[in-house]
Amino acid sequence: MSAATSALPLAARPSRVRAIPGFGIAFGITALWLAVIVLIPLAAQVIRPWELGVAGVWHSVTEPRVLASLRLSFGAALLAAAINVPLGLVTAWAIVRLRFPGRAILDGAVDLPFALPTAVAGIALTALFAPNGWLGAPIEALTGLKVAFPPLGVVVALVFVGLPFVVRTVEPVLRDLSREAEEAAATLGATRPQTLARVVLPALAPSIFTGFGLAFARCVGEYGSVIFIAGNMPMVSEIAPLLIVIRLEQFDYAGAAAVGLAMLALSFLILLALNLVGRMLRKGRR
Amino acid sequence: MSAFRPATADSPLVNLIVGTLAVAIGVLLLVLPLIAVYAEALRRGWDPAWAALTEPDTVAAIRLTLIVALTTVPLNTIGGLAAAWCVAKHDFPGKRLLVTLIELPFSVSPVISGLVFVLIFGLQGWLGQWLQARDIQVIFALPGLVLATVFVTFPFVARTVIPLMQEPGPEEEEAAATLGATGFQTFLRVTLPNVKWALLAGVLLCNARAMGEFGAVSVVSGHIRGETNTVPLHVEILYNEYQFAGAFAVAALLALLGLVTLAAKTVLERLSARDGARLGGAA
Repeated sequence: MSAATSALPLAARPSRVRAIPGFGIAFGITALWLAVIVLIPLAAQVIRPWELGVAGVWHSVTEPRVLASLRLSFGAALLAAAINVPLGLVTAWAIVRLRFPGRAILDGAVDLPFALPTAVAGIALTALFAPNGWLGAPIEALTGLKVAFPPLGVVVALVFVGLPFVVRTVEPVLRDLSREAEEAAATLGATRPQTLARVVLPALAPSIFTGFGLAFARCVGEYGSVIFIAGNMPMVSEIAPLLIVIRLEQFDYAGAAAVGLAMLALSFLILLALNLVGRMLRKGRR
Repeated sequence: MSAFRPATADSPLVNLIVGTLAVAIGVLLLVLPLIAVYAEALRRGWDPAWAALTEPDTVAAIRLTLIVALTTVPLNTIGGLAAAWCVAKHDFPGKRLLVTLIELPFSVSPVISGLVFVLIFGLQGWLGQWLQARDIQVIFALPGLVLATVFVTFPFVARTVIPLMQEPGPEEEEAAATLGATGFQTFLRVTLPNVKWALLAGVLLCNARAMGEFGAVSVVSGHIRGETNTVPLHVEILYNEYQFAGAFAVAALLALLGLVTLAAKTVLERLSARDGARLGGAA
């Protein structure tokens, strides 16, 4: 974890290694556990699709139904994470900077999507946004939009799931943000909107970005809270994880693994790109 | 309410708007789903809800979920503590890689977390034929449920404990080692007491996820009522059979688990912070 450790060349640090005894056995347990539970299973995920051959994998993941599900999963996850940015920013701002009755409750409620089992969140959101639900009925009356079932429902569920990630990454940075920079900007004649746009927002930008990435990563693979509200129509509202389940039910293991591999590869690439942009944002601050 | 306002303060109107928006987000998006669960569960009163909770299939599902959690949590507590101790108190090449690998299950779709075990232990899995010849069932049985749950809850303990274990630095452990303590004694007497609240919080989160996991266990369960059906899967079955009152009653039970976990986590964080402050004061 520490930056110093990784910066040292391998040969330069033997003296500190065995300062505390018992490393061997602890590392043994860790390595064994990690191998059995995480590494070997994930190896199966990476290796098994290729039973189909390269052309077979390509054919398997470019089937129109698979492409549609990947487009929905990744599109909805990116959209939900993007919606979470303003929502999370407002919520974090209110928790850190404002004092109002119920602030502590709001603070606690932010963790609800973490704490509620996904199946519970799934049927609760479906009940709320159903055409006769507490939120579904007024929304339909006002806008004519049916939230539950078409792809919109997927986005609503993912916004719920992803919100805490943005709030909880922005919140500590906002808390530590020095008021002096804002005061200095004001002294130099900046208006309040200018200060917010030129001083506060850039300082928060890296954490907003991280939160966006975390929310996206969680949303893209989300299953339990989505399948109830989505309606699961092939080509329309069928998410990629559901397609894995369907292929498994047809005993098409390699095909299921191919979809899984496509999901992992795509999210890896997107997260890598986000990481690079985030790094640039951080560098720009220095 | 003076007319004077510091240059770094926003106008009361802006504050009012931001506060209202935040409360609206909190109520509409976060709290309302929770209220909806209880409202739907109790729509026809206590009796149907109670009947759904005490029906044999539900009781079997609760028992199975408890068995899965009681197997998973101790395993991951041992694995997580060992991992945390390696990372927080020792230096070794590849440490960053180890941390990344520990957190890996969090960035994998729950469905994939179940899929990987089907690919190994399923009928057409790597070990499928071998297992079938010996009449051992992993997938569509308890071992598969435990494996998938262990996978998804793997990072919780290590992740919660590592930051707190790292904070005081290795000096106390080094002193213990100098005085002749073995590694295990050092861990038990020096390291563990310092992180006990964080460890409890990690165990609690691990347990909540183990009991509430849906996607991963749904892939390996086979959905055999009364046999391989955990509580979250039972919610799905009831819901798909249009037994809404029952589905929401069981969901309310799971939501209660989430709420209790949330409350306990807050208490543990306070206790941990209090100890941390005392630690800081003493130093």
